[in-house]
Amino acid sequence: MLAFLGSFGDILSNGPLYQSTFRLAAILVFAAVGEWVAERAGTINLSVEAMLLGGHFATAIAYTQTSNFAISLFVGAIAGIFVSSFQAYLSHYLNADQFGIGLTLNILLLGLVAFLEPNFDLSTKLAGEVKVPLLYDIPIIGPAMFGQRWPMYLVYAVVPLSWWLLMRTKWGLEVRAVGEDPQAADVTGIHVNARRRHAILYTGFIAGLGGGVYLFGQVGRFESGNIGGKGIIAIAAVIFGGWTLRGAVAGCILFGYVDALRLNLPNIVGHDFNAQLLAALPFLATIVVMLIFAKHTRQPASLALPFIRGLK
Amino acid sequence: MSTTPTAKRNRIELIALYVVSIVAAFVIAAILVNTSGDSWSKAVVAMINGAFKNPGRWGETLRRAAPLLIVAAGSAIAAKAGIFNIGQEGQVLIGATGAAFIMTKIHPGSPLMLILGVLLGMLAGAAWAGISALLYYWRRVPVVLSTLLLVYLSSQITGYTMTRKFLLLEVVEGSPTRIQNSAKTAVNSRLGIMHIFGNNVPLTVPIAIIFAIGVAYMLSRSVWGFRLKMLGLNPRTAQRAGVSHVKFGSMALLTSGAAAGLAGSLMLASGESNYRASSGFAASVGWDGLLVALVARNNPYASIPVALAFACLHTGSNFLAAAGVKSVLVDVIRGLLVLALFIPPAVSELRKKRRVLALMTERA
Repeated sequence: MLAFLGSFGDILSNGPLYQSTFRLAAILVFAAVGEWVAERAGTINLSVEAMLLGGHFATAIAYTQTSNFAISLFVGAIAGIFVSSFQAYLSHYLNADQFGIGLTLNILLLGLVAFLEPNFDLSTKLAGEVKVPLLYDIPIIGPAMFGQRWPMYLVYAVVPLSWWLLMRTKWGLEVRAVGEDPQAADVTGIHVNARRRHAILYTGFIAGLGGGVYLFGQVGRFESGNIGGKGIIAIAAVIFGGWTLRGAVAGCILFGYVDALRLNLPNIVGHDFNAQLLAALPFLATIVVMLIFAKHTRQPASLALPFIRGLK
Repeated sequence: MSTTPTAKRNRIELIALYVVSIVAAFVIAAILVNTSGDSWSKAVVAMINGAFKNPGRWGETLRRAAPLLIVAAGSAIAAKAGIFNIGQEGQVLIGATGAAFIMTKIHPGSPLMLILGVLLGMLAGAAWAGISALLYYWRRVPVVLSTLLLVYLSSQITGYTMTRKFLLLEVVEGSPTRIQNSAKTAVNSRLGIMHIFGNNVPLTVPIAIIFAIGVAYMLSRSVWGFRLKMLGLNPRTAQRAGVSHVKFGSMALLTSGAAAGLAGSLMLASGESNYRASSGFAASVGWDGLLVALVARNNPYASIPVALAFACLHTGSNFLAAAGVKSVLVDVIRGLLVLALFIPPAVSELRKKRRVLALMTERA
């Protein structure tokens, strides 16, 4: 029992664990913030997974060609928009089933990346670490939040930017209106499906960027299995957060922490855990957390309902 | 089917759109193959050989098509009730694992054990889908999300059962490599295999066809099917008419899970991966089956040819590597094809509406 408590203390005071949490939560935040915008506009955007992977892959290609971090990240974001344009136009221009499209895009991107990867001689590396002065010296969370590789800091820009766009601009108000009551929005003269497309394209931009940041800030080397389910967990984080940005970010941190535990637990406690159960941990935790917390939230009223003018 | 000139024109247009977009999908795939330094003609020949031309291959294709059809018919049940179950991959796997507990453990087995194993497999698949039903009706977690999360969980749980001797791990004396799979199913608990023109066609094929027809009949002719459809078309009206959302919705979800479990356990009984279950056992049958249902627009009859086409892609892909083409190409083709099949009905609807709109403005 004492040993158990001791190891519990080790877990709580473990610096690398928090740093790892930040990195793993950051990629989820990129995906979840984008997804949050799309869901507020009324789309459950399963293809956020594909957007992450597209950005991840395109960033790796761009870096191999240019050896420039900033350009590569930009290319990743553009690739994310490209992937998302399929989701946007197929589900909100042609009104094809949004889940079907999302799922197909996820499968297609995974196949496409696996097929194309051997053609590129990918060589990427981690970006340089930047320690923010003063803030870095805060115990435990300082190194975790301000001692990361520099692309990670983009997360500090993305969250407020997305909040401002959705909560303080006319466009954002229209996007939210479209997610709540598309009929009313339509009558007011808002182009419902255009707003929904914009929201999805924005998701693609942010998620594509996130895929690139993950490459330069966490993994360093491209592998097609790197993303493996992170987009799905990000969607869960949005739902966990009750469709608020605060909540979504909190969800990301929680799920990031669980993911970090999975990676670091064997080192910290020095006990060999069952590999399968450890790998299942993030998904298991997500389900359990949803089971406990999901009920107390209100979803956008028209979530996952397609809008076709004249159809009630 | 009405045969007014407009309806006829719409139908011709739809067919033309299908042809164009399918051709476009294959052209894109061919360009991809050629740009990555392989030859598309070689790939086509290899796929045709692998899918049906070489001896014994069309039996393999049918073997693959059968579980796809069962999964697709099951997905149609949930979809008709307006519930989007996308966790078939996990439900297939859990179903096979459940079946393995009877089929590999009780020797020498018997047809009774086969039936019991399949029943347990269906139960396991239904229970796995039941978690999503519980999450939705108790906690309002979207079914799409929970079923998807459970897919990731299922392979880990199955993997776990394959690491413990008291669960399913096969104990092999003096085996150097620890391959993590179950023992073979008991000989007498296996499903029969028909030999037709030098092909081995497992009994799953007729079972799948009967199952699909049964589902189609139940959906279109039974009170149960009517209630499910009512629920899918308008949950509020259905509720007023006495169709409980909780009861019929979860029933639909559980039934589709049971169908996936059935597919998994039949695969195990008919010799998939040499009668052994493992964490990779489902081999995309769940995903493919779901895509079949989506492409066939949840029509079990239409699922039959679509399942066959998807099975051809799969068995054809087995020959790609030998022809020097990466076999993941098939994942790309499958994705492109599904996207291509989504587009025509959507475009056709859009054009239909535009025409009506134009007519209305003309009159006004």
